[in-house]
Amino acid sequence: MPPPPEMIPPPASSAPILSVRNLRVEFATRRGVLTAIDDVSFDIARGEVLGVVGESGAGKSVTGSAVIGLIDPPGRIAGGEIRLGGERIDDLPPERMRQMRGRRIGMIFQDPLTSLNPLYRVGRQIEETIRTHTDLSARAARQRAIDLLAEVGIPAPERRIDGYPHEFSGGMRQRVVIALALAAEPELIIADEPTTALDVSVQAQIIALLKRLGRDHGTAVMLITHDMGVIAEAADRVAVMYAGRVAEIGPVDAVVGDPLHPYAKGLMGAIPTLAHSAERLAQIPGSMPRLSAIPPGCAFNPRCPKVFSRCTVERPEPLPVGSHRVACHLYDESGQAAA
Amino acid sequence: MTPPFPRQDDYVRVQNLRRLFDVSRPWLNRMIERQPRQILRAVDGVSFEVAKGETFAVVGESGSGKSTVARMVVGLLPPSDGEVAIAGVSMTDPRAAAARRQLRRRIQMIFQDPYASMNPRWRVDRIIAEPIRAFDLIRGEREIQARVGELLTLVGLHPDDGRKYPHAFSGGQRQRIAIARALASNAEFLVADEPTSALDVSVQAQILNLMRDLQDRFGLTYLFISHNLAVVRHMASRIGVMYLGRLVEIGGGRELFATPKHPYTRMLLDAVPDMSHTGRQRIPVQGEIPNPIDPPSGCTFHPRCPFANARCVAEVPPFKDGVACHAVHEGRLVPGMQAVA
Repeated sequence: MPPPPEMIPPPASSAPILSVRNLRVEFATRRGVLTAIDDVSFDIARGEVLGVVGESGAGKSVTGSAVIGLIDPPGRIAGGEIRLGGERIDDLPPERMRQMRGRRIGMIFQDPLTSLNPLYRVGRQIEETIRTHTDLSARAARQRAIDLLAEVGIPAPERRIDGYPHEFSGGMRQRVVIALALAAEPELIIADEPTTALDVSVQAQIIALLKRLGRDHGTAVMLITHDMGVIAEAADRVAVMYAGRVAEIGPVDAVVGDPLHPYAKGLMGAIPTLAHSAERLAQIPGSMPRLSAIPPGCAFNPRCPKVFSRCTVERPEPLPVGSHRVACHLYDESGQAAA
Repeated sequence: MTPPFPRQDDYVRVQNLRRLFDVSRPWLNRMIERQPRQILRAVDGVSFEVAKGETFAVVGESGSGKSTVARMVVGLLPPSDGEVAIAGVSMTDPRAAAARRQLRRRIQMIFQDPYASMNPRWRVDRIIAEPIRAFDLIRGEREIQARVGELLTLVGLHPDDGRKYPHAFSGGQRQRIAIARALASNAEFLVADEPTSALDVSVQAQILNLMRDLQDRFGLTYLFISHNLAVVRHMASRIGVMYLGRLVEIGGGRELFATPKHPYTRMLLDAVPDMSHTGRQRIPVQGEIPNPIDPPSGCTFHPRCPFANARCVAEVPPFKDGVACHAVHEGRLVPGMQAVA
């Protein structure tokens, strides 16, 4: 069903809701300072779903935690800036940031039970969030909670609102968490592996829901997942992360259909699809480097089939190539593939 | 079409396999609260055959009973009813105990979490040599070490890696070690329960390719359990789809994906987020898997099925022509994806 005309998000030329510039996150350990996120930049526009994809250790969840200000010591944001609606949020005092979470940034995690208090009825938890962040009366907050539960597709919400989290199935719990994240009508939702713990038939429902809510409310969504299938279906744009850096970012059709960075190419080739059965899957040798042993130059160079001398010494900057931005020396400054 | 049973070259034959779990509350609680016993039918009347050298995959969502089937096939869990025969030897008949002992070393299992199936205090060479020693396959320490080195090379590791402990390896490398250990006893039948579910995609590709290479080289037979349809599509020559403890459809890989018969298979195929589906408008899937303790009557899929009628509610559909569905048997539903829309 197409959204009514007044709900169609404005074109991407308007100022982004979330803007991350040259973000750097470090963890101090006994063996020295590890750089988990290194010079990461991206924007998310109103109503847009940005997929952040990568294998474990790529830094996708740390990026999400940095945006919501949940990097705990020994980790810290060591550089760059994060702006929400033009306002800097990476250097806010903890109390201000706490108010920001829930009010302006909603969160959805992999395991819905971590976001729900098992001892309170779900309605009370949603109403509490609404009343903390808005000045609705108790009665209005309850009505709004019922409306939210209905909107995320929970049947008989006026009855289910008085249920406890354990009385809901996994898919229904994740819907409750989405309702909770939406409670204060945030501008941005960070969804970290929201469908990973769910069965495929339920997964599809949750993806469709996230997508629809983003469009209808004009919420910007940062969707973090390792599952390219989820990204391909839900995201408008994709950022492929590798070893704490963005290797490639661009519109979803372009990045999934015609990846340019050798890592993105290898990753797409390595994933079995339903469309056809390949004799052999493309294979990237080796695995993601540990944070303590990120190679100099391009972090991907030891595994890259197209590596050349420059890759081992000089770090590639993300440069525009067509509709993508790619951090790879194969593509020179003119945006053409180098010889 | 499933060929008439039994086929000549069937290596594994599973017939009417059933497993019940008693999930009742303790006796005293039942008496006080006046509750009946509760029986969970994890696997209910599952039959299939696997030919030598083929990969048979069982797919299903969580709670469908696929792992329980795998555990019963290798003999880790006794079935409540039904029959498993591997290479002509019954795994359930007490009279076949001697033959079964001979067969044991030829059957091995690979698990989702390889780390949990390894002794963390043993070096890798000892882990891999264990089946060789246990079955007394090779005599002499030097010969055993040579064989372990050979196995490590076979799975893409270095013979020197045998001196390390399991914790020193990544997830993908540990799965390689688990495969080397499975091959150490010259196994010919491997049961792999979600072998790549815990791995990153680029590592998953390495392990899937390795499993296929080893199959080509040694003529291995695989029973492959997975919830990931794309992985199953890539690996399996034949696929069985499970729903709430029953097999609802069996078909050849290509055929099952091109012309699915059972409404549940169609729903699954349509629901899977897939890379080839950017920006697709999907038909929303209805509902979730019901509680297996109290499954729906008749065909257990009927509450979610758009084609269900009164017969589906009342009568369990028999498994016939590769599918257990009244609508298909009655000709109300033609195989293929189009019918769903």
